[in-house]
Amino acid sequence: MNPRLQTEPGTPASTTVPQTRRSNAPSTRTVLAVFLAALAFAPMVLPEFQVTLLNYIGLYALVALGLVLLTGVGGLTSFGQAAFVGLGAYTTAVLTTATELPGWIAWAAGSPWLALLVGLVLTAVVAILIGSITLRLSGHYLPLGTIAWGISLYFLFGTMDILGGHTGMTGIPPISLFGWELDKGGEIFYLIWAFLLAAVLTTRNLLDSREGRAIRALKGGMVMAEAMGVNTSRSRMVIFVIAALLACASGWLYAHMQRFVNPTPFGLHIGIEYLFMAVVGGAGHVWGALVGAGVITVMKQWLQDLLPQLLGASGNFEVIVFGIMMVLILQRARDGIWPLLAKLVPVRAVHKQISASAEPLARRPMPAKGELILEAKNVTRKFGGLVANNNMSLEVRAGEILALIGPNGAGKSTMFNQLSGVDTPSAGEVLFRGQPVAGKDSREIARMGMSRTFQHVKLLPTMSVLDNVAIGAHMRGSRSVLPSAWRLDRAEEARLLKEAARQIERVGLGEHMFAEAGSLALGQQRILEIARALAADPCLLLLDEPAAGLRYKEKEALGDLLRRLRAEGMAILIVEHDMDFVMNLVDRVVVMEFGEKIAEGLPDEVQKNPAVLEAYLGGVE
Amino acid sequence: MNLQIAMLLGQDGMTNGAIYALLALSILLVFTVTRVLFIPQGEFVAFGALTMATLQAGHAPALVWLLALLAVIATIADLLAGRRDTGRYRFGTGQALRLGYPFVLIGLIQVLPLESLPMALQAALTLALVVPLGPLCYRLFYQPIANAPVLILLIVSVALHVAMVGVGLLIFGPEGARTQPFGEGGLELGPITLNAQTLWVLTASLALIVALYLFFERTLYGKALRATAVNRVGARLMGISPVFAGKASFFLAALIGALSGILIAPITTIYFDSGFIISLKGFVGSIIGGLASYPVAALGALLVGLIEAFSAFFASTYKEVIVFTLIIPFLLWRSLTSRHVEEEE
Repeated sequence: MNPRLQTEPGTPASTTVPQTRRSNAPSTRTVLAVFLAALAFAPMVLPEFQVTLLNYIGLYALVALGLVLLTGVGGLTSFGQAAFVGLGAYTTAVLTTATELPGWIAWAAGSPWLALLVGLVLTAVVAILIGSITLRLSGHYLPLGTIAWGISLYFLFGTMDILGGHTGMTGIPPISLFGWELDKGGEIFYLIWAFLLAAVLTTRNLLDSREGRAIRALKGGMVMAEAMGVNTSRSRMVIFVIAALLACASGWLYAHMQRFVNPTPFGLHIGIEYLFMAVVGGAGHVWGALVGAGVITVMKQWLQDLLPQLLGASGNFEVIVFGIMMVLILQRARDGIWPLLAKLVPVRAVHKQISASAEPLARRPMPAKGELILEAKNVTRKFGGLVANNNMSLEVRAGEILALIGPNGAGKSTMFNQLSGVDTPSAGEVLFRGQPVAGKDSREIARMGMSRTFQHVKLLPTMSVLDNVAIGAHMRGSRSVLPSAWRLDRAEEARLLKEAARQIERVGLGEHMFAEAGSLALGQQRILEIARALAADPCLLLLDEPAAGLRYKEKEALGDLLRRLRAEGMAILIVEHDMDFVMNLVDRVVVMEFGEKIAEGLPDEVQKNPAVLEAYLGGVE
Repeated sequence: MNLQIAMLLGQDGMTNGAIYALLALSILLVFTVTRVLFIPQGEFVAFGALTMATLQAGHAPALVWLLALLAVIATIADLLAGRRDTGRYRFGTGQALRLGYPFVLIGLIQVLPLESLPMALQAALTLALVVPLGPLCYRLFYQPIANAPVLILLIVSVALHVAMVGVGLLIFGPEGARTQPFGEGGLELGPITLNAQTLWVLTASLALIVALYLFFERTLYGKALRATAVNRVGARLMGISPVFAGKASFFLAALIGALSGILIAPITTIYFDSGFIISLKGFVGSIIGGLASYPVAALGALLVGLIEAFSAFFASTYKEVIVFTLIIPFLLWRSLTSRHVEEEE
């Protein structure tokens, strides 16, 4: 058993650092129980000031948690979270204090709980609007867009008369829960922390699911995820909306705790502070949000007393310290404080269980042996004046392995891109099961049953081998965000993991199932890519140099695997350099040079073909 | 609204628009060369304006101490980096000049009659004080993580912006300042009178844009920066140091920022935190340019200035909101036309 157990960001195992299993270490559950007990008694023993501080920490952590999901896990960010907090706070302020409301919204008047519902819906609508115009673009458009949003909403809060302008709105009623009015700090404390803990647990559940794998692939694995059928724009939208909803809930709680709102706490500078919390705490870890919120809140309190005395002037000088601290953290310890804390309290590591009894996933009907699967007709691809592929034609049939070979620079990779739909030919067409590939995105092509590996391995190095392969099975599941968050997806998840495990065993990586994918040797990573492609249940497998970096025995095993797949009726296309490997394995060979096909036929014929010999050996004099 | 008001608003819009255009260009320059979205650009505007005001008031600008502090820290950082890389401390002429420079300025400020200096010399002294902060910022905050993802660089930018606003408050205090105009009177063009400051701003902006164009088209250093923007690795293989490219683009950005501050200070009262919103309008311009095209960015920024001026007349309370919603149609158009999924750098 590999001692380096899984340590994906955000999953339950993230509380462990890579280390050998310690049987005397407490389990995650025990640590959590101690923490909960301490929380439950806090308002009874702590002075009121400390309870208020804890309330703020809880509120801030709720917002920071959204940013952990967005920034640390998804690789996106937002500076406009404070504006979403404001949206939640002002919605409930207006609905619970207004004396006259227009008829269409009058039903929501007077009840904080209905106001929460309205606030969440409103927030979701705004987030979807902002997301839909920025999330399809490069990652830096979202933060820039949220800066504009944050500033605009802040100005609106300050200028609209119905919202009380800069003086704000007073007289917001307390929340009541089953007739119990939460009008003291020590009472709303329980509601705030219940919200926070529920959010942390559901976020953790979400990250440990089919949707969660797609979300975790956003950072550095978008091209791969799309090729596995993941809609990355949708996943980005999901985490942005979740982050906005968490912020809105925090604003709702805030308004009913303070019983008063004004624009100040919803400005852009506070939005930036929320991001600081997430980064300082550890943007990749759900508990990092809590640590970051705690550290920043307490430090701010302390620095606001200390610095003006020290500098002899009044002002918010703590921002200088926070700014510099952020830069140092990003330069020196990009994972924030949480991993350091987690090291202090080692807990028992657990890894995922593969259920033997889970029902196998449904498979697509395989085409009959010999059926035409992939056909390239006179494909030409020009880059300006350079003709990378000229009039290339080839076909791949079910139950056969075709090799595309040629010297370096022959145009094999360009051809591979045309076949896999990554690039569009200048002339000619590629048909996959009779349908044109051009104009379809890699997601649709994946759905049609084409699955691929990459010449430069594209893995998520900090995720386990199991999780990496399970991404391949993404489109064979359907359970979405809410079922995942509430653990209603376990039956399907077990089936997906069982399928992933089956493919891992099949390619011979069984003993590395729970290792981090990045810890495998390069050859094994290539094999992992094949397992991932197989988990998608394809009828055509495109392999880009699968044997590169493999040892002799591994090549033999790979050859055996491909022969078995062929026997099952799979169509396989290999782009390869390794002649021994190709010639002993494949049914037919297409040889390329200078972008053109110079030979095609059985391996033995091609090896004797004078044009091929000339291309490879520089001619026979 | 009559023609006269329209002309007046148009003149206002052009003046501010020209400043935004300069900022948009420098933001674009820094982004294409270093991948840094340079949010703190606005602080250079504020620092330029406020330093000029401090000099005109006859006070010694405390900014010079910040410069000295950063120079000392940068020198220590260089020494430590030298020891890490080569095993020994290296202290070359470059380091000596950088370390000595602020102290020469401190001496100059003590000796010179700041208040009675000609305005051109005050401006030159302001630039001498503010501009070196640019390369120093690059050295200390960005160079150690120059290869980090755009997102990390952006968060560093925001952190630096926040810290610099705090430093601005410490150095310049909470009061706003306005400087003396460069000239009196104006130019009569038929029914319109262009006031002197507008002319100064427009001429200076135009001159700077032409100078930048010549720099990038005609000089080797300019071409080196362009090469870095097109292909970082390729430029590096051709012997263009990424550190040089980074420092040079930050130098230009700081120069443009401080100059914008000097130009805008006679028109608007500038506070320690005014820079942010000014530079964001430059950002709106560069976003309209797709964070890629210089001419479109400049035109976009000019448009921002004009729309701002006219919305100040029609709906002054919603002025800022209107300006920032300008990016929506552009983003929408870009979203609808792009269908490519690519990896973030």
